[in-house]
Amino acid sequence: MGHTLAEKIIGAHVVDGDGNPAPREVKPGDLVEAAVDVVLANDITAPISLREFDKLGVDSVFDTEKIILVADHFAPNKDIKSAQQCLAMRQFAREKGVVNHFDVGQMGIEHVLLPEQGLVLPGDLVVGADSHTCTYGALGAFATGMGSTDIAVAMATGIVWLRVPQTVRFVYTGSLQPWVGGKDLILYTIGQIGVSGALYRAMEFTGPVVDQLSMAGRLTMSNMAIEAGGKAGLFPVDDTTRAYVANAQMRARAKRDFTVYEADEDAEVLQVIEIDVSEMEPQVAFPHLPENARPVSEAGDVKIDQSVIGSCTNGRLEDLRVAAEILRGKKVHPDVRCIILPGTQTVYLNALREGLIETFILAGAAVSTPTCGPCLGGHMGVLAEGERAVSTTNRNFVGRMGHPESEVYLAGPAVAAASAVTGTITAPQEVAK
Amino acid sequence: MKLTGNVWKYGDNVDTDAIIPARYLNMSLPEELAEHCMEDIDLSFVGSVQKGDIIVGGDNFGCGSSREHAPLALKGAGVSCVIAKGFARIFYRNAINIGLPILECAEAVTETEKGDELTVDLTAGSITNARTGKTYRTSPLPGFVMRIVEAGGLVDYTRERLQSHAARR
Repeated sequence: MGHTLAEKIIGAHVVDGDGNPAPREVKPGDLVEAAVDVVLANDITAPISLREFDKLGVDSVFDTEKIILVADHFAPNKDIKSAQQCLAMRQFAREKGVVNHFDVGQMGIEHVLLPEQGLVLPGDLVVGADSHTCTYGALGAFATGMGSTDIAVAMATGIVWLRVPQTVRFVYTGSLQPWVGGKDLILYTIGQIGVSGALYRAMEFTGPVVDQLSMAGRLTMSNMAIEAGGKAGLFPVDDTTRAYVANAQMRARAKRDFTVYEADEDAEVLQVIEIDVSEMEPQVAFPHLPENARPVSEAGDVKIDQSVIGSCTNGRLEDLRVAAEILRGKKVHPDVRCIILPGTQTVYLNALREGLIETFILAGAAVSTPTCGPCLGGHMGVLAEGERAVSTTNRNFVGRMGHPESEVYLAGPAVAAASAVTGTITAPQEVAK
Repeated sequence: MKLTGNVWKYGDNVDTDAIIPARYLNMSLPEELAEHCMEDIDLSFVGSVQKGDIIVGGDNFGCGSSREHAPLALKGAGVSCVIAKGFARIFYRNAINIGLPILECAEAVTETEKGDELTVDLTAGSITNARTGKTYRTSPLPGFVMRIVEAGGLVDYTRERLQSHAARR
């Protein structure tokens, strides 16, 4: 019997009781210990990791190259407590010699930054103290979120325990309508299976539609695997992946070799779900769960106060290009604050060089330095009581972007930009000419 | 190991933003986080929760973010145990890792009401409701996970292993 992509990557990383490589075939349900290629934490999860690390009785991290620390959530420091957290992470990085510590000026939103900088590669086993670590599945890596204590142990030992997940394969067929992208595909999918529809499982995204999808679109889809409860969201590696990785490796401080794994044709999967995308419209997920997806034409009259374009879900150059295409020559509605957050310094610089930033400013949008800030109601766009936002982020839970009585509607950059212009949730084609 | 406490009951998909809103993630100590636990969905919780109280939730409890702040906030608030129909996987790991007992038991969840007094026997894997007198069996934790729990959490488990490795070298 063949194996899925998730099983192959995990199997290749298995270690024995002494931590030595012991690759073997694994099957769903197996509990294994595995060596990690990348261990990630950020300014809100690292402080707990560092506290737990100190209790382990070790002096050094397992590998100074394989730990990545990114100050992105409440950075640039939003208040004194956040400043203390960033300081603790900075001091740890210096003391332990962690090479990949990204501070303000170099940092970006972690899940946009790491792929862009060639720090995560196909075939890698990646764990991060951030639930959206699953983003890297787009590169054909097995990547999953964990808590701070798991990450502390991984920082010390380079080893994590994992239960091998069952795989659900999604096959996307048909042809995409204009303005429909990765965000719409994943919102639609979560709408179909629900927020626990892939609980404990690996989602494998396949089919002719995703074969045509750009890396930005794939990263968006993998990013939201967790919103269906998924442990990982993986794509097969193809020429699109290889081209992206080659480009990213040119930015990399140290170029690493990688291994491409392929799912076997006879791999046993729990379920195959086929989705014909031909009739699919841009999607909007209503409060207060990402599964409340509906076609934008059925959104009704939803007046908005804020439009947020950015985040680890949709903060890549391609997303900003889509937003600019709609905002070019238009004005943001006077009742709307439109906040655009390029995901990294590189995205920002490229957007500047392409004239996108000028387009945004002329349209009356605010452009921010990279940060996760508004997505989780931290800073740079917190909502007041009764306010509504359309947002390209990934969660619309109660109070996610601010006041518990505020509301978040999730959408892709095209809907978010069009809605910023009209002041109500709007289909892109109604604004774009 | 036996725990007895009164029940706070919630529905399906209690997310980590509900357990501890992200705006408080500029803090990380259990006692600080406990002051804001559940406040966006239940303002009465922080003022009334008693040490030993038990949270009962539906499906997919703890979904959303990987923040360990969520089980830490519950622990800091004095919650002794969480019983749910099912848990989101990162929350499950985090709870085990920090030593917050969690149990899956759909039947007990359905038949428990807010304010009920439950007695949980972690070793035997049973839950008894004092109001109804009914006892429920829960599925035991997988052996590997149980060893982490018995060691007192992942940090203690790992420290012991690292020390025994060092001793063997």
